[in-house]
Amino acid sequence: MNFEFLFNNLPELTITGLAFGAIYALVALGYTMVYGVLQLINFAHSEVFMYGTFAMLWTVMALNGAEADGVKLIAILIAALFAAMLMSAAIALILERVAYRPLIKRDAPRLIALISAIGASFVLAELMGLRDKVAEWLGLDDNLDDYVSGARINNSMAGVLEKPRFDVAGVSVSSIDLIVIVAAVGMMVLLDQFVRRSRLGKGIRATAQDPETASLMGVNPTRTIQVTFLIGGIMAGIAAFLYMLKIETTRFDVGFLLGVKAFTAAVLGGIGNLRGALLGGLILGVAENWGSALFGTEWRDVIAFVLLVLILLVRPTGLLGESLGKARA
Amino acid sequence: MKNKLTGLPKPVKILLWVLLALFAYAVPLLEPPIISTPGVDFGGVLFTVSIYCLVALGLNIVVGYAGLLDLGYVGFYAIGAYTVAILTSFHASWPLLLAIPVGVVAAMVSGVLLGAPTLRVRGDYLAIVTLGFGEIIRLVAVNTEWLGDTRGIKNIAKPPGVGGEEGWFQIPHLFWGDGTVLLDTEDKTKFLFFGVLDQIPYYWMGLTAVILVLIADILIKNSRVGRAWEATREDEDAAELMGVPTFKFKLLAFATGAFVGGLAGGLYASRQGFINPQSFLLLFSILYLAAVVVGGQGNRWGVLVGAALVAYLPQRFREFDDFRVLVFGLALVVLATVRPQGLLPPRRTVRAKKLEHELEELEEGTGEEENAHA
Repeated sequence: MNFEFLFNNLPELTITGLAFGAIYALVALGYTMVYGVLQLINFAHSEVFMYGTFAMLWTVMALNGAEADGVKLIAILIAALFAAMLMSAAIALILERVAYRPLIKRDAPRLIALISAIGASFVLAELMGLRDKVAEWLGLDDNLDDYVSGARINNSMAGVLEKPRFDVAGVSVSSIDLIVIVAAVGMMVLLDQFVRRSRLGKGIRATAQDPETASLMGVNPTRTIQVTFLIGGIMAGIAAFLYMLKIETTRFDVGFLLGVKAFTAAVLGGIGNLRGALLGGLILGVAENWGSALFGTEWRDVIAFVLLVLILLVRPTGLLGESLGKARA
Repeated sequence: MKNKLTGLPKPVKILLWVLLALFAYAVPLLEPPIISTPGVDFGGVLFTVSIYCLVALGLNIVVGYAGLLDLGYVGFYAIGAYTVAILTSFHASWPLLLAIPVGVVAAMVSGVLLGAPTLRVRGDYLAIVTLGFGEIIRLVAVNTEWLGDTRGIKNIAKPPGVGGEEGWFQIPHLFWGDGTVLLDTEDKTKFLFFGVLDQIPYYWMGLTAVILVLIADILIKNSRVGRAWEATREDEDAAELMGVPTFKFKLLAFATGAFVGGLAGGLYASRQGFINPQSFLLLFSILYLAAVVVGGQGNRWGVLVGAALVAYLPQRFREFDDFRVLVFGLALVVLATVRPQGLLPPRRTVRAKKLEHELEELEEGTGEEENAHA
């Protein structure tokens, strides 16, 4: 146990932890909203995130981001952000259409929907992991070589960004961490207001409370579910963009562990609860960072799960309780 | 067909079962074409199938009978395997027959320790807590030198054989030529010598374990305990009101499942002779669960079929090795859509469905009633 290291670097550790936590929180939204509306663990949501990271990477590669700087770089990054959002949203919608809707329609048991989601998750991850073979099969490998090579190893966009650090009251802060935290929290606040105030948000909440009554009141359930997946996908796309800014490396199976942790964050805060997802994500990120400073980085992933078990023992419904439906307008 | 079978006198039925079991024991010696795996040792593949069957039977108790979603079943499997590995090779040199019971008990105790606090939380949380448990077990193994960290543990004890190096007696295999079947006198299996090359004795060991667990499973399922599990699964509150201590029975289901998982892990470690954390990835928990759900959770025969498919198909079609996870995922999605109850749903579900259908007809006033009036 390395208490000295933890206390000497507490502010830095907290800020990088918050940055990780903000990304967890954005991904957790996808889990929490789908769970709130459908009571399903959307196991394949991690893949939605993973496709977003690749969309970002490919956009930067295609627009030659490594040689750009200044305004041009910013423009490229904005394009990459939109590409990531678009890709993730598209994958989320396809997922809903192919893996969930047929099951929801016939009212299949929830375990079956989970199995279907697991299957879809395998398919999506493996398609990305075998993209070189797929491209070869389609005869496109010459044109797309830069994009499909190294399908099973880390794909990096390191060196595109400089990451200036600056001092705030004697604490060294990375500008990227700040951007990540501010952007993520901003998006969460926006989404929270959207669900609370807009017509669509009202529909989502009504369906979460009681799908049958909601549909009698004129809420189209299929449409609402689609919107839920769409929002989850867009948020995962933003998370993917921020993740790539911070980590700069991705791989076909990058979603798995991050997805498990994001789901942990959702459960931690109270699944189905948007503010809970934010709180859970931030707590998880900080706890992980402090914990790995204390016990060593190799225990990092254990900490998340131990924390989850402990919290569920004390508060079985998570920190803020489950309440997508109960959120007041 | 079905009525004919169930109408047979009991001794005949038992005889049929014994014949089926004998056939199962003989499959690796027969090496039937098409089924037999080219390029991979058939006995080894069958051993893997038997281990998957064992695991699926254990997980079926937890998921199928008691209705508890367990996404970290590989954790119990790992505990069984690691206990055996430590006791027979790494930190002691116990004989295997002593180490396996200890491994099984260790898995069971860990099941109780995990279940006691977590079984009170609701279903989906249980899934994620167990998922966490499976990962924690693996990460602890990765990070602890005492458990051999990433390098793993070697030289795990083999089961004791009968009659030394040459075995008690030797059984020739069948050889399928072009349209002729011959006894292959070159290729013999030494009866109960557990070596490195011939995997068939391990398969026999695995199959014996499967049969024993299967018998225990039938006995438990038809007892008070089995009924209590089903009642808990169908409606926990109603079961509690009827005087079923649901928490106790859920814990019992968890411990029983862990017992079987630990046994499977111990046998696996002994066959393999070497384990490392890579053998206990979360992916396996998901494969096991898929085996249970694909076969039809709650039906032990369905579960066996599911396990056999999940374990066997990737080995048979090795040439598509790169694509097997992809194909497996596709199969899961398609199966969930086309046959959500699994390949062989439990009989009670079929009966319940029929009853539901009848009730619906009565409510809507269609069907026979109307015909009678007309």
